[in-house]
Parts: sequence; C-alpha cells; structure tokens
Amino acid sequence: MNLKIALFGIAREIVGQSALEVSAPEGQSARGLLQDLHARYPELARLSSLAVAVNNEYAAEDAPLREHDEIALIPPVSGG
Amino acid sequence: MIHIDLTDQPIDVAAALQLVEAEGAGAINTFIGTVRNQSTGRSVVRLEYEAYDSMALHQLRKVAEQALEQWPMLQQVAIIHRKGTLYIGDVAVVVAVSTPHRAESFAACQFIIDTLKQVVTIWKKEFYEDGDVWVAAHP
Repeated sequence: MNLKIALFGIAREIVGQSALEVSAPEGQSARGLLQDLHARYPELARLSSLAVAVNNEYAAEDAPLREHDEIALIPPVSGG
Repeated sequence: MIHIDLTDQPIDVAAALQLVEAEGAGAINTFIGTVRNQSTGRSVVRLEYEAYDSMALHQLRKVAEQALEQWPMLQQVAIIHRKGTLYIGDVAVVVAVSTPHRAESFAACQFIIDTLKQVVTIWKKEFYEDGDVWVAAHP
C-alpha cells in the first residue's frame, strides 16, 4: 500500500519536502514506518522524539496504518 | 463554552478576555505567552511558529475538554495561539478561563498551558543574529 505522510518543522527540513509518499506492507505499524524512515533519513533518529499521528491523533506504536489515513510525522512540539 | 483559535494575525488580548466573561464567574485567569529577547544565552531576533493546523485545533480542543473534566466548575475556556513570524514582545499564546472562585482558575489555566506545550502540534524556530534552531528538537 502507499502511505502519504505530512511533514512539519524540523522533520520537513530534514526530508526536504512537506509530504512524502512511501510504499509499505499491508498492516505496517507506526513503529515500522518510523524504522523505515530512520533508515532513509538518519537525521530523523537524532531528534529528541518522533511520533506518528493518524487522523489528528497520536498513534500507538503498534497501530496498523491504512492507505487512506491522514498520516503525519510529529517531531518534538514547542508551542506556547 | 470552549473557544479555540489558531491565527496568523496579532492576538487581541482584550477580545480574548471578553470570550470568557460569565455571570457565574468570580474569577478570570489569563496566561499570556510573549516572545522573549533571549534563549539559552543567545539574542533572539524573531520566531517562526509552524502548525499542523487540523491536528493542533483538534488537540487544543481536547486540552480544553480535559480541563473541563477536571474542573467542571469552569464557565468558559479560551485558547488562542499565533502562528507565523513573531518579534520580541509579540503575544504568542493566550489562555483565559473563568470560574466561580479563584483557586480553580489558577489551576486550570496552568494545566492548559502546560499540557498545550506537551501535545499541541505547533513548532517554534528561533532566529538569532548568527543562526537558527528548532526549539526542543534535539536532546
């Protein structure tokens, strides 16, 4: 399946674009997606944290991702 | 009862306070976050706030709902966050709450700003005279 991933802040700068399309096995978990992205963009692994959001909620590490989910990478937030 | 906004326009603090006026309120408590002129010893020139808008709005509402669960006596809650380019002294965020009595207004206001900083998908980049840094990005 193809996953479309929105990127923000330093994750957007590391990858060099604001969205990314990756092909992933069916049932790919949030953790699996992060491992794949860490391998492709080692700078992502140096961040204090990197979460996956699905449909505007933080996803559990073992949550399976689906093709039409709105997926985003969430580097350490710093609002306020 | 819950007023949420994420805006690229200057925040009108007086208007935010009006949002939480309530006849049953004996207390209005406000937190105003402003842009400081230095960070970890470096002189700050400006900040840029970037947001994942849909998630930030959703999470801001959830933070307000959690406050209402914890302090059911809350009359009104307003959370307004700025995005875009800000300069020294600009208002970045306003949290305003109204309650019958003051103790809960302090507690709820602090809970909201503390939780906002942990979960809401907004990112701050600090620009100095000699560089820039995404705040909190690295250990």
